[in-house]
Amino acid sequence: MDRGGIMGTFEILKKLSEAPGVSGSEEGVSKIIAEEFKKYTDEVRVDALGNVIGLKKGTDPSPRRLMIAAHMDEIGFMVSEIEKGFIRFTTVGGVDERILPGQEVIVHGLRPLPGVIAAKPPHLLPPEERKKVTSRDQLFVDVGLPEEEVSSLVKVGDFISFQAKCIKLQGDMASGKAFDDRASVAALIYCLELLSQMKHRWDVYAVATSQEEMGLRGAVVSAYGIAPDLAIAIDVGFGDSPGLSEAETIKVGKGPAIAIGPNFHPLLREALIKTAKELEIPYQIEAIPGPSGTDAWAIQVSREGVPTALLSIPLRYMHTPVETLSIKDIERTGLLLANFISRLEKFPPE
Amino acid sequence: MLLKELSEARGVSGNEEKVREIIREHIKPYVNEISVDSMGNLIALKKGDGSLPIKVMLAAHMDEIGLMITHIDEKGYLYFRPVGGIDERILPGKRVLVGDKAIPGVIGLKPIHLLKEEERTQIVPAERLAIDIGAGDKGSAEKVVNIGDYATFDVAFQELGSRRVKGKAFDDRAGCAVLAELVKEQYPFDLYAVFTVQEEVGLRGAKVAAYAIEPDVAFSIEGTVADDLPKEKDVSPTTRLGHGPAITLMDRSFVAFHPLVRLLVEAAEAEGIPYQFKQPLVGGTDSGAIHLTKKGVPSATVAVPCRYIHSPVSILSLDDFENTIRLMKAALKRLRPEHLKIE
Repeated sequence: MDRGGIMGTFEILKKLSEAPGVSGSEEGVSKIIAEEFKKYTDEVRVDALGNVIGLKKGTDPSPRRLMIAAHMDEIGFMVSEIEKGFIRFTTVGGVDERILPGQEVIVHGLRPLPGVIAAKPPHLLPPEERKKVTSRDQLFVDVGLPEEEVSSLVKVGDFISFQAKCIKLQGDMASGKAFDDRASVAALIYCLELLSQMKHRWDVYAVATSQEEMGLRGAVVSAYGIAPDLAIAIDVGFGDSPGLSEAETIKVGKGPAIAIGPNFHPLLREALIKTAKELEIPYQIEAIPGPSGTDAWAIQVSREGVPTALLSIPLRYMHTPVETLSIKDIERTGLLLANFISRLEKFPPE
Repeated sequence: MLLKELSEARGVSGNEEKVREIIREHIKPYVNEISVDSMGNLIALKKGDGSLPIKVMLAAHMDEIGLMITHIDEKGYLYFRPVGGIDERILPGKRVLVGDKAIPGVIGLKPIHLLKEEERTQIVPAERLAIDIGAGDKGSAEKVVNIGDYATFDVAFQELGSRRVKGKAFDDRAGCAVLAELVKEQYPFDLYAVFTVQEEVGLRGAKVAAYAIEPDVAFSIEGTVADDLPKEKDVSPTTRLGHGPAITLMDRSFVAFHPLVRLLVEAAEAEGIPYQFKQPLVGGTDSGAIHLTKKGVPSATVAVPCRYIHSPVSILSLDDFENTIRLMKAALKRLRPEHLKIE
């Protein structure tokens, strides 16, 4: 998968990862995505909930519609109170409170303010408190500025995002924040880029959805608006990591997982597996017996129902600022999607 | 800015070399002699004009808290033990740099989605956490990391506005930067500027340096706890950011020598330098080791207040930093033999 002169997958991922875009305030990242979509699609629009929708037209005279979706929002925080120049906050999405003390953040006030989630030093903790997770009412964001300045720059309701560099690790591994689910957005972009050199019959609607972490809301309205005949959601799945069993996880570096379960249409799943096999793209099977917790869950029951599938990119340490994955898995996901789309004729297949 | 350079340098207790080299280069033009002792303390002598025939030792420690790699498992994860007083709560979800090659890694943990209810409120003990460098297996990890390698937090120095800065290891690189300024002045006495090692694992460098120097008087310059966050109960903060250098009266390691405290206060008031007293019985510094050297050394500690020391990111005020330099200069200028005696 030589990408020639095109910006590499890591660079795209880094750009997406480092941009702010907490659920409900995705503008920081959606601008970048819209620019990328414009390079490879025929039209790009942003709907009422902020979903970025790129349409790449198919060659059929009256093409059917395929929706491919990945969410662009990230978990984060919101200012709830300002006390003596220190900021109290509430969480947006499933933030893991075990990792908060000592994290760097950006408070999106009148200007972006770098800050730290304040951790009381250990010298001053009673021993029993040292073993317990510090509850959020004991934590503050400190932007280091004098009280008056904080009051003039920050107001209740301002969003706060994690501040973390996206870095390369050994081999093809990378780490950063918001890979959930911007790694999948990077796969979408790669898919579109590949499709620009391929023929496809169906209209392809690539959607970077908003507010997934708040209850799949962007997917609900974008699926309604597009009314797809078929849909594939791309999200991250629990990658193997210390403390987790093989049964709970998929393997990082072994390709996207294709999901099986009530949320997914068996024939669509089989068609994806067939493409992966024919092209010898590594893939895994992930059994999801109930709610998938992904955009696929909302899209499947849009309007009169949509045959839906899910591709999962294996990800370690989900919902932390050090989410970790394999860049190759992102490319394999894009490659599988693009080839599936270029082969797509009838659904259900005859 | 020297403070930035020192904050971003990596030097966990026992591995202070990089910090030492930065400081050595920086102070070389201003001192008469420089030596490094067997433990790695950097000792600089600035000779006086002989009018006050005493030896004054100033100490600031170069080492920072960090991690040491103790085990590499079959899958290439690095297990570690803390070096110095690390708060376990702040480890998960952080970026680190491992070994002399500064290999990037992250401390991950089980995702919140897969936690049992009771796990959500318990911190994960350090021995169950691992550093992921993306190695995939033991062999690949061993190509770039060895058992015994030190790891530091990967944090950039940054100006926040209003003369506040954030960065790692202000405890005690702030003190080192103060000391590096102080050696630029000329004093009537022999000044021994000592950049100590291994403070965070038990004030060990200061102990041997003080033994060798036999100072008549000593000052430790620290980056100390500022915990001025709002609290439920009315508890006085240890120190407050932006309220000037903190003078220690008594901490867990020593009782400050009263005439020296008086000297510091007089100097501050004479020159209009803001100062504060550090709340008693919190923390400890190199003075703890120095004052017990041989027959005893009159000692005091002055510190730059730093929020969130012993965590990856701390915050200090450059005004406090500069006022610490001013206060020490003013005090050293006024130092007389009577400050070394208890009346």
